[in-house]
Amino acid sequence: MTESLFFIFATMAIVSALTVVVTRNPIYSAVSLVITLFSLAGIFLLLEAYFLAVVQIIIYAGAIMVLFLFVIMLLNPGKEAKFLSLTDPRTLIVTLLSIAFIGMIFSLVSGSVNYIGEVMGSVEELGTTRNIGLTLFTKYLLPFEIASLLLLVALVGAVLMTKRNLR
Amino acid sequence: MLTDIAIIITKIMIVIGGTFTAVAYLILAERKVAGFVQERYGPNRVGIWGLLQPIADGVKTMLKEDITPAKANRIIYHLAPAMVLAPALVTFAVVPFGSGIDAFGRHIAFQIADINIGILFIFAITSIGVYGVVLGGWSSNNKYSLLGGVRSSAQMISYELALGLSVVGILLLTGSLRLNDIVEAQIGMWNVFRQPVAFMIFLVAVFAETNRLPFDLAESEQELIAGYHIEYSGFKYSMFMLGEYSNIITASALIVTLFFGGWTVPFIDVTKLGHLGAFLSVVSFAVKTGFFLFLYLWVRWTLPRFRYDQLMHLGWKILLPLALLNLLFTAAWITYV
Amino acid sequence: MLPIEYYLWFAAALFAIGVAGVLLRRNVIIVFMSIELMLNAVNVTFIAFSRQMNNIDGQIFVFFVMTLAAAEVAVGLAIIVAMYRNKKSINVQDMNLLKW
Repeated sequence: MTESLFFIFATMAIVSALTVVVTRNPIYSAVSLVITLFSLAGIFLLLEAYFLAVVQIIIYAGAIMVLFLFVIMLLNPGKEAKFLSLTDPRTLIVTLLSIAFIGMIFSLVSGSVNYIGEVMGSVEELGTTRNIGLTLFTKYLLPFEIASLLLLVALVGAVLMTKRNLR
Repeated sequence: MLTDIAIIITKIMIVIGGTFTAVAYLILAERKVAGFVQERYGPNRVGIWGLLQPIADGVKTMLKEDITPAKANRIIYHLAPAMVLAPALVTFAVVPFGSGIDAFGRHIAFQIADINIGILFIFAITSIGVYGVVLGGWSSNNKYSLLGGVRSSAQMISYELALGLSVVGILLLTGSLRLNDIVEAQIGMWNVFRQPVAFMIFLVAVFAETNRLPFDLAESEQELIAGYHIEYSGFKYSMFMLGEYSNIITASALIVTLFFGGWTVPFIDVTKLGHLGAFLSVVSFAVKTGFFLFLYLWVRWTLPRFRYDQLMHLGWKILLPLALLNLLFTAAWITYV
Repeated sequence: MLPIEYYLWFAAALFAIGVAGVLLRRNVIIVFMSIELMLNAVNVTFIAFSRQMNNIDGQIFVFFVMTLAAAEVAVGLAIIVAMYRNKKSINVQDMNLLKW
């Protein structure tokens, strides 16, 4: 059950992630990214991170991606010119780099035997809202406050940046 | 095992069937209320008091030609109505609509899925409901529908904040995200008396989230003709309508669940009355929800539309600070009193 | 339960796709989305390890990554809109000045 669900979600995520990168229409990219984020929320559920799965949808799919769509519609950039051409040396470099990168990660993953093994048996209580909250507001209280400050700065920055006349 | 599956399927069919029936008669009720407010009769030709009007409407929209504009983006144009309807129907899955009965040797809760992050689930699903509206508006390739979609996305993001923050006070009081816990915590004292400010904020924000008057900037007839669904016709149009009215029903059910005791009946402990109690709880839930559905119609035919800057001003500069103050006050109350 | 390698390979593939997007595309909004992809790939690894080691800290990190992503998108999109106003382009190759 978990296995087949994982493969369904993983395939959906990979295919839609590829669409994000490959398609020339920015709106398609945004919609595919939403599908990727949804599949990732499904994978979080399989890993019993219930709170994060829902937060993923609320923050990423519900707020960040709507913002992306909003900006795409506002600027209406149209289709990008063809960006993959075999004669362009950039394409070759990127392909080589990507292959090297994937190879590097795969060798790292399969090499570090110490960390690899069965995911531990079900501990129902791990990813619940209660646990996250308890850890967040005790052990990570200072980082939490700093994060809130970061959000405030981002808020002010975004408002200032889009003002037409600063003076 | 088989019985469990059968029970779940029955519940889903009851909820979806109930929602569709309620939508059909909500639309009829809207026209009747409009007639009453404007001192005319409203639909009264099909069946007695026009009771068969929803069926006639349904058949009519299905038989109409389904037009796709030549310059529309076809894939997204066809997908958008489903993107509106699906989240609207899914949200009701976690709302408890009754106390539950004991049958087939087990307790059957009147709720499709009793998950312990229920309220977060609802926020997650409602936050993606905006995609259908935005993409439908964009893919029609019409300037009015694009404006409607862009307006709707900004409006939904702005009011989601106030909506979420107003509920946090209740979560603090209840100490649980499960909707059933929230309902049971209200036996004896409804949350609306404990959190009146939160209720007002929630009510206003929910009107904005469902794109209803006085906040229907996304489809304001006089400025944008019909807003985001201007190019849609036939069954796709009625899917938009179904989604919109399902959202209204879910929103009313949510107001009842969070602030008006959900399925509880005042002064009667329905959990001790067996099947009669279960029946009473469902009736109580339906009557309360019905009142808020009527409030929706009442407001629509009474209040004029906001201007867009007024809408943003209300959301960001009044409701959001008010919700934060309410949260602060509730937290202080719980900590120090 | 699934072995953790599955999750790690999946995350690696997702990350690689994000890298390819950043390197290949010239539309700055898509480059931005690819960065989100990479952040999400990292989130998957965090949660998988958190699950395997039965330790909540990894999930807290994901929470912070999401906060960071929200802040980043707000500022980043504001920069893109400001850039577009001045240069009428959202091509990354046109954004080669540190002032305007």
